Amino acid sequence: MSEAEPGHGGSRPALARPYSWTEGRTQPAVEIAVEAQVRATVDWIPHPRTSPLWTVIGLCAEPCSVAEIAAHMAVPLGVAKVLVADLLRDGLVSVAATLGEDASVDERRELIERVLSGLRAR
Amino acid sequence: MDFALGKPVQHRRITSAKIVVAGGFGVGKTTFVGAMSEIAPLRTEALMTDASIGVDEVSATPGKMSTTVAMDFGRITLADDLVLYVFGTPGQHRFWFMWDDITHGAIAAVVLVDTRRLADCFSSIDYFEAREVPFLVAINQFEGTRQHAHDEVREALALPPDIAVITCDARSPESTRQVLIAASEHALNRLPKRPARVRRLG
Repeated sequence: MSEAEPGHGGSRPALARPYSWTEGRTQPAVEIAVEAQVRATVDWIPHPRTSPLWTVIGLCAEPCSVAEIAAHMAVPLGVAKVLVADLLRDGLVSVAATLGEDASVDERRELIERVLSGLRAR
Repeated sequence: MDFALGKPVQHRRITSAKIVVAGGFGVGKTTFVGAMSEIAPLRTEALMTDASIGVDEVSATPGKMSTTVAMDFGRITLADDLVLYVFGTPGQHRFWFMWDDITHGAIAAVVLVDTRRLADCFSSIDYFEAREVPFLVAINQFEGTRQHAHDEVREALALPPDIAVITCDARSPESTRQVLIAASEHALNRLPKRPARVRRLG
């Protein structure tokens, strides 16, 4: 398999446009992990239909990670984080917990054990 | 609403985890992340500054300051309330700027190795050692390549004794599953033991 062209046929996002969506911001207001599951808590948002925020809401009708949002929208991870953080700020999505750098040993152990149990059951 | 705006909420159940697969260009990271994935590997990109531009795995888009580095990942739903993401990251030192984002909160890492190009994985090993991310080394057994003794690889990579070296076939769902299990077990063993369960390894 070619390492260079997985998934969607090698199309390249035009990077200037996504950053205009974030008004040039490259840092989200809150730190969100790339694997964090984002879920829309509403089915209508007070933004123009052309807003990329609508795309995020559509993708997150079912829980969807920040990384998947970035991939499906063909935008850099940083842009997806800014968009999700904006929606989170306005209470339009929920973001599930992830393993933080400050996680306790017990939290880490519990998560790894759940992963192991899931992998062994397959 | 179950979150406080802008503040981390404690004691909520974690619903996703990630394992990082690092290695040199062409070692089979995308194949590996796709082998067990329930979706075709997805690609995300991050911006690179001109200062960090190198020669491979980098594609310039028209205009300056718009060079990206790609990262592929797969998804494995392990339970109703748990999804595992497997991220393939380019191993070269100049991509470290984006590794932090991916490795923060990772439960474990896999350094994927092609024995024909062992040196390609040095920087991955350096990174995981420096950040204390638990990892193991998985030799991707390409067809037609000589079987390397694990000890030879261990010696060439100057690995400490507690870092496992295993062989895998990055195309095989079962083989990659075993690698992910071994990496997770290693991460679990590295955690401080509860006093009653102290065992001396090795």
